[in-house]
Amino acid sequence: MSAIAGVNPATTHELFVLDEDVPRPTPLLGFAGLAWFAAATLVLAWPDVQEVERTELLGTLAAGIGGLLLLTWTVGWIVPSLARLGSHWAAWLVVLAVWLSAWEVVTAKLDALPLPFFASPQAFLEVYTDDYARLFDCLWRSMFLHAKGYVIGSALGFVSGVALGMSTRIGYWVHPVLRLIGPLPATAWIPLAFFIFPSSASASVFLIGLACWFPTTVLTWSGVSAVSTAYYDVARTLGASQRFLVLKVAIPAALPHVFVGLFMGLGSSFAVLVVAEMLGVKAGLGWYLQWAQGWAAYANMYADLFIMALMCSTMITLLFRLRDRLLAWQKGLVQW
Amino acid sequence: MVSAALEFEPDAAIAAPGGAPAGARLDVQGVSHGYVLNKAILPVLHDITLHANPGDFIALLGASGCGKSTLLRLVAGLDRPRRGRLQVDGVEITRPDPSRVIMFQDPTLFPWRTVWNNAALGLEARGELKHGRARVDEVLSLVGLDNFHHAYPHQLSGGMAQRAALARALVNDPRLLLLDEPLGKLDSLTRLTMQGEITRLWQQRGFTVLMVTHDVEEALHMAQRVIVFSERPARIRADLQVDLPYPRRRDDPELLRLRREALGLLGLESSW
Repeated sequence: MSAIAGVNPATTHELFVLDEDVPRPTPLLGFAGLAWFAAATLVLAWPDVQEVERTELLGTLAAGIGGLLLLTWTVGWIVPSLARLGSHWAAWLVVLAVWLSAWEVVTAKLDALPLPFFASPQAFLEVYTDDYARLFDCLWRSMFLHAKGYVIGSALGFVSGVALGMSTRIGYWVHPVLRLIGPLPATAWIPLAFFIFPSSASASVFLIGLACWFPTTVLTWSGVSAVSTAYYDVARTLGASQRFLVLKVAIPAALPHVFVGLFMGLGSSFAVLVVAEMLGVKAGLGWYLQWAQGWAAYANMYADLFIMALMCSTMITLLFRLRDRLLAWQKGLVQW
Repeated sequence: MVSAALEFEPDAAIAAPGGAPAGARLDVQGVSHGYVLNKAILPVLHDITLHANPGDFIALLGASGCGKSTLLRLVAGLDRPRRGRLQVDGVEITRPDPSRVIMFQDPTLFPWRTVWNNAALGLEARGELKHGRARVDEVLSLVGLDNFHHAYPHQLSGGMAQRAALARALVNDPRLLLLDEPLGKLDSLTRLTMQGEITRLWQQRGFTVLMVTHDVEEALHMAQRVIVFSERPARIRADLQVDLPYPRRRDDPELLRLRREALGLLGLESSW
């Protein structure tokens, strides 16, 4: 169906599929596979100067990736989707292999960079093989804590935004509170929140919720306010109730704005999550970072940061997927 | 042909299946209206009196911004007049009602709804959709959008979007159709086609039509009566009868004569 997106239905009654070249895997993908084999050889054949473990595992992994890439390149001749995917990332994969080799050479092989600040790839890998249970637990706790705060905060933000946009009476009470408290960074509440709330977890939920409540409210509000009065006029002449006007006119029309608010709220709630975990909560990825720093385990910090980045990026991706689904009607977003 | 007194013709409306006339009777009595602008009232309509019999097709002709659209909003029940009375079938207009549907210059389709769901809007809003699904299909087919049930508004051309808006109005079986320059933004060819289609629908269905336009030819081509408005605040300057059978020829000498008369009333005789 993607071939007809953008074709004006007025101009044609027949749907036609555009001819598209069947993608072939680029030679660069095969080269990337070889580059990873080269990196594996470098890791395994060159003796380490630093005292590191997991050299064999690192080499095997690199070789594994190389093998996988060569396999992708081969199968790509038959499976076009694989060829497209592999060809797209080929350049990145080459650069990553070069980067891994360089990193390996200046740390484990030559010991050219001061320890413990510059950990070798092996040390980085070792964190995952030896401390995965703790990391996994931290990830789980962070995600759970964040989800609680984010869901509560953005749901309240959505409701208060719609209320502000639709009702002047509610606006009278909510607007001053929003204006005074909203712009204050949620982190400013941290000392007070940990004191007031019975547990550090509930305090964090409050802080995370507060952080996403503000942008969600403001953007939902502006979205609802921006709905064209013509839409209301049309719905009213067709016999719509007030409830219908809110649920079926105002809210769908405001959704593009709402998602900007949810996106901004997600960003600021990550910040609050990490700070709260560093200061008060005794678990989670933020706590792990602080804890690892306490005994100068830089490799652990890098490993933790990497997981954190993956977590935040995944959440944003999921939010965007949801948006693309719900806003498929928007021009330029249609993809199915 | 300028008749100052508005005579009442015998009820010639086509009967709806229920027995009641398909079109509504409209009485506008001494209506004046204005908008608040910089703490003063800007008069828009001045003492408008007009009567439409069931099934009439009346065009309101006047320069842009003269207040014709305001009159339509009052009839729709979207605004209340400052002075005067508006009645449909003898009942005071106090609020919008699905029997009086308005169609704007912009299609104002809801972009997040498909064509089908846009057309179904009125039924859905009143909780009648369960029994009215076939009705939606039927009306979409009537306006020629059979193959576009699942298209989104941004995928439609201007003419198709306006057809979808027409379908959205017709689904409700309006007894009074209010058209606010519905063809104003269409290209000239689509415009001519749509003029014919709206006239055909009106003849088939027998509803009363009140159409605002600033296009003299469009008014004369489509309507039985053309009411010419003065500039703001709008007063009725003339009520032209167009006693020509449908379908009308655009080069009919009577139409050309009326065109000259209407342009003269609008102060544009030199542009003839």
